[in-house]
Amino acid sequence: MLLQIKNLHAGINGKEILRGVDLEVSEGEVHAIMGPNGTGKSTLAAVIAGREVFDVTAGEIFYKGKDLMDLSIEERAREGIFMGFQYPVEIPGVSITNFMRTAVNEVRKSKGYDPLTGGEFLRLMEEKKRLVEITSNLTNRSVNEGFSGGEKKKNEIFQMAMLEPTLAILDETDSGLDIDALRIVANGVNKLRRPDNAFVVITHYQRLLEHIIPDFVHVLFEGKIVKSGGRELANELEDKGYDWIKKEQE
Amino acid sequence: MESESNKILDEVTQGDYKYGFVTTIDTEFAPTGLTEDTIRFISGKKKEPEFLLEFRLKAYRHWLTMSQPKWAHLHIDPIDFQKIIFYAAPKKKLELSDLNEVDPELLATFTKLGISLDEQKRLTGVAGTAVDAVIDSVSVKTTFTETLSKHGIIFCSFSEAVQNHPDLVKQYMGSVVPYTDNYFAALNSAVFSDGSFCFIPKGVRCPMELSTYFRINAANTGQFERTLIVAEEGAYVSYMEGCTAPQRDENQLHAAIVEIVALKDAQVKYSTVQNWYPGDKNGKGGIYNFVTKRGICKGSNSKISWTQVETGSAITWKYPSCILMGDHSVGEFYSVAVTNNHQQADTGTKMMHLGRNTRSTIISKGISAGMGNNSYRGLVRISKNAVNSRNYSQCDSLLLGDKCGAHTYPYIQVDNKSSIVEHEATTSKISEDQLFYCQQRGISSENAIGLIVNGYAKEVLKQLPMEFAVEAQKLLSISLEGSVG
Repeated sequence: MLLQIKNLHAGINGKEILRGVDLEVSEGEVHAIMGPNGTGKSTLAAVIAGREVFDVTAGEIFYKGKDLMDLSIEERAREGIFMGFQYPVEIPGVSITNFMRTAVNEVRKSKGYDPLTGGEFLRLMEEKKRLVEITSNLTNRSVNEGFSGGEKKKNEIFQMAMLEPTLAILDETDSGLDIDALRIVANGVNKLRRPDNAFVVITHYQRLLEHIIPDFVHVLFEGKIVKSGGRELANELEDKGYDWIKKEQE
Repeated sequence: MESESNKILDEVTQGDYKYGFVTTIDTEFAPTGLTEDTIRFISGKKKEPEFLLEFRLKAYRHWLTMSQPKWAHLHIDPIDFQKIIFYAAPKKKLELSDLNEVDPELLATFTKLGISLDEQKRLTGVAGTAVDAVIDSVSVKTTFTETLSKHGIIFCSFSEAVQNHPDLVKQYMGSVVPYTDNYFAALNSAVFSDGSFCFIPKGVRCPMELSTYFRINAANTGQFERTLIVAEEGAYVSYMEGCTAPQRDENQLHAAIVEIVALKDAQVKYSTVQNWYPGDKNGKGGIYNFVTKRGICKGSNSKISWTQVETGSAITWKYPSCILMGDHSVGEFYSVAVTNNHQQADTGTKMMHLGRNTRSTIISKGISAGMGNNSYRGLVRISKNAVNSRNYSQCDSLLLGDKCGAHTYPYIQVDNKSSIVEHEATTSKISEDQLFYCQQRGISSENAIGLIVNGYAKEVLKQLPMEFAVEAQKLLSISLEGSVG
């Protein structure tokens, strides 16, 4: 098993957001986590990535058998955890090329590999750009600076392709995307799927799941996973809305 | 989270100064303290012509009537001028025809600093750089003087220029920064020891970068160098300056003067990477860097461009300036100033628009960390006759942590109606969002800060000559990992 979350409680500034999440993800699987706004979906992603603003108050997260709580943010990343941001951050003056080269080489270094040479890196970048259908000039621009919503999300997918994660968590990557951008993002994910990696796709809408077919769908509600099922659960949610879940919980 | 960010910043700021070593060199000193005799001693050592001794003595007498300025946003402990040694020179002889005559300890020092004084080695590089190496009060070696002289270019130590080109020295020295200019300029004019002299004749484009490397080595000494660059009509030169000093508990004074004269159509690009010892984490020791740098665009269409990366020194007090006298002349100032731990900087520029259609650009990027205090102070003055002139100023401040300070003091005076002055200023912090984003990609917090800061300073760094830019980028990261934070 790749990821095992047991009874996870977490919050921020003393306010509990996750109230006992259980989740298991194995290699080769795609999980979708759905739910109304404000139920803790983004918190769950951030806690797995190790963001320090959130306090984990109870429960455990194991990744490849290791206790994730022992690892820093960058150690988790180097172990193959990737998070696609809902709101990608701008870093003025730092080109995507430079940013990714630093990242790729730090990950390599942690594994005992030599850094890629300039030429090797550029070849890798060209290959991944083709894979995720990114135009060449994007990588010369400063990270996310002045990017449209679609460009930001495509950039996240490109970075994911570069870093070849084992576990990718995409936090509402579909929000704010037009249909073409959505297709590029979904195609990127589909091309990167392998038997030895897994995806957790967090989304508010069923729309993305028409392009990325999930093996499992979970509904997160008030800090807990209250319902799990197959792909059909997403359709059911689309038809009935989240009120149906709310009523069930009452 | 604040505490977490602060923890990261703390870690990142605990680096060591790499150039803090001392070399044991047989050194000759002037008697400690400052009197007219000290000045006569220095002038005598250098076998100077009478006019120069006169200049020094006039400057000294004027200095005695002045007091240290207090207007800068700096806390400066009192300086006891009677405890400073104003002249320190490696004993081994100076007129060197080949490197074998240089004290091997000295050569080793410069090699350790990454400066090659060996022309053969340097020639294998892509484009050579001629170096003037100044240690304490004297220039120990200038490279490529012969190659340059074929183009009519004079590049030598100031002392040599005084001996070999006294007329040029007499004509231009003090013409941009008179000895009456300010307290530290007067002091420098009285006791200056060495520095570089550079003369590019009419129509010549200097074929290589010129650079001076300043090193303070001896204890309790001050370094008072003086650099003079003259570019005749249509000439071009790119000049670089670098500096380091040993790590010591006492403050050491560095009060330099740089003068640039650009005649019609001439261009001078002056780049500095200043890395004097900044003092320790508690603010003990470090260099007082009180420098007067000024250039005059004397002829029409001339251009002077200052680029500085200021990462060192306990206190930096400098305002590289341009007097835009010629019509259509251009002045530029690009600056990155870093203050970490207890470092203080009050730096900026003055753009004095006198000619018509003159233009100036000011890009200042301050970075404050630790308990550092960073001030931008700049004057843009457009005189009545400087019609249709333009200035664009951008002053950005980046704060790392919550104990540092950033201040901006822009002064603008426009005396005609056809000119346009623009001023923009921003203050930002490295956000937790940015750090998290970088770390989530596997980048350590230290490297993330280095990356973000280099991105922030990019507009300035790209102005530096290639080989200097790489150096400066590393230095910024180290200063941020190491001395900035």
